[in-house]
Amino acid sequence: MGMTMTQKILAAHAGLSEVTAGQLIEADLDLVLGNDITSPVAINEMKKMKHQTVFDRDKIALVMDHFIPNKDIKSAENCKCCRDFACKHEITNYFDVGEMGIEHALLPEKGLVVAGDAVIGADSHTCTYGALGAFSTGVGSTDMAAAMATGKAWFKVPPALRFELVGKPGEWVSGKDVILHIIGLIGVDGALYKSMEFTGEGISYLTMDDRFTICNMAIEAGGKNGIFPVDDLAIQYMKEHSKKEFTVYEADEDAVYEETYTIDLSRLKPTVSFPHLPENTKTIDEAGDIKIDQAVIGSCTNGRMDDMRAAAKVLKGRKVAKHVRCIVIPATQAIYLQAMREGLLEIFVEAGAVVSTPTCGPCLGGYMGILAAGERCISTTNRNFVGRMGHVESEVYLASPAVAAASAVLGRIACPCEL
Amino acid sequence: MKANGHVFKYGDNVDTDVIIPARYLNATKGEELARHCMEDIDKEFVSKVQQGDIMIANKNFGCGSSREHAPLAIKCAGISCVIAETFARIFFRNAINIGLPIIECPEAAKAIQAGDEVEVDFDTGVITDKTTGQSFVGQPFPEFMQKIISAGGLIPYINEK
Repeated sequence: MGMTMTQKILAAHAGLSEVTAGQLIEADLDLVLGNDITSPVAINEMKKMKHQTVFDRDKIALVMDHFIPNKDIKSAENCKCCRDFACKHEITNYFDVGEMGIEHALLPEKGLVVAGDAVIGADSHTCTYGALGAFSTGVGSTDMAAAMATGKAWFKVPPALRFELVGKPGEWVSGKDVILHIIGLIGVDGALYKSMEFTGEGISYLTMDDRFTICNMAIEAGGKNGIFPVDDLAIQYMKEHSKKEFTVYEADEDAVYEETYTIDLSRLKPTVSFPHLPENTKTIDEAGDIKIDQAVIGSCTNGRMDDMRAAAKVLKGRKVAKHVRCIVIPATQAIYLQAMREGLLEIFVEAGAVVSTPTCGPCLGGYMGILAAGERCISTTNRNFVGRMGHVESEVYLASPAVAAASAVLGRIACPCEL
Repeated sequence: MKANGHVFKYGDNVDTDVIIPARYLNATKGEELARHCMEDIDKEFVSKVQQGDIMIANKNFGCGSSREHAPLAIKCAGISCVIAETFARIFFRNAINIGLPIIECPEAAKAIQAGDEVEVDFDTGVITDKTTGQSFVGQPFPEFMQKIISAGGLIPYINEK
């Protein structure tokens, strides 16, 4: 029986010639990831293990990104715990203030993940690397602990949904609009336990940053992973960023998909997810008059160069509305530097936005943009659950960087085409 | 092994941000996390929950973040078992890995009401609503997962191997 792309990668890492959906396997891992929230729990779990050594110091990545530069004493102690562990075990890929970036923007940029890899991370958005043709998925801290020690993880081989992308997206339609549209279509558990495989000629119109954004939010549909075929653009990206060898897997022609959805990109409109679930989507023309108090442009979903450029294109020569706070967060040091060189940071500051060092802070209501009761935020992040960004009576609306920037200018949820 | 307790009932898509809000994620100890468990959707949960009580929800329980702090907070709050129509996949893994018993059973999730006294027999998967007298059979775990659960979680399981 034919295998999907995901199934082929899993079979290869389990040393099997074939796997089928539902089969339990143990797979060798190419990289194990953790951050400053999840790693301390994993490090404590590892202390309970008989063998407390790491399987490969080059295949573990520890990225301090959620609450750093440290927001309080407890966060500082969590980072210290990670730092001490990284020192003790001589972890090659430990990234602290000054080198760090938001993990899922940082790892591809540093060339630590390439096509054909199997990666787990103690962060739900680890599914981002599917954009490179890797299998990657989020797990918890105990899985991370076991994987740091053994280099292996157990998986139930997932069935798959296929998303056939056709047509060319319009001017203000980005990867974010594609994935919000899909989540609106299938729901927050529409891909539960399944892989989401993206195919079709429409892919050629999507940049790597669009693809990272799309795979990043596979988890918001309940997916185990999202994955794109490896084309010339992906190969070029890997050659520019990585020295690692990569392996290109292709789905068999007779691979089994539980369902195929055809998404005509040319018919999509900028899309917004209303509170309090990512599936509550409306197109921008249906959004109505929603006043906002804050706009956040950044995160592992939308803090890359394309996102900075899209926001700057909208904000250039314009001002953020008087009553709105606009927070821009380039996802990595390299993106920050590039945005500076291109003059984008100047555009943001001139517009009345603030620019932050890389952090996950506001996305999960950690710090750097917490909402008061009754406040509304338009955000390029990935979740709009109750209380996600602050007070339980605050609201988060998810959108693309262009829409968030246009909304910041107009003080209400708006399409850049209105400017 | 059996669990017995009164039921706290919730709806669809209970996410990990409401199970344990990120503002408390600077803590790592279960007891500390448990003090804030569910507070954004049920302020009374922490004061009312008794050791051994049971949590029941509809579909996609535990969706969102990978934070293991979520099942840990539930476990340390005293909950002996979570029954749901379906679980989000990372929560499902995490619960098994830390030894929080969970059962998928759509029929029980629908029929059992908040406050009912429920008994769960983990060996047979039988869920009995002692208040109404109804009983249900939950989805059994594959053998491999049963081994992890009976070892008390993933780390003790690996240590035993």
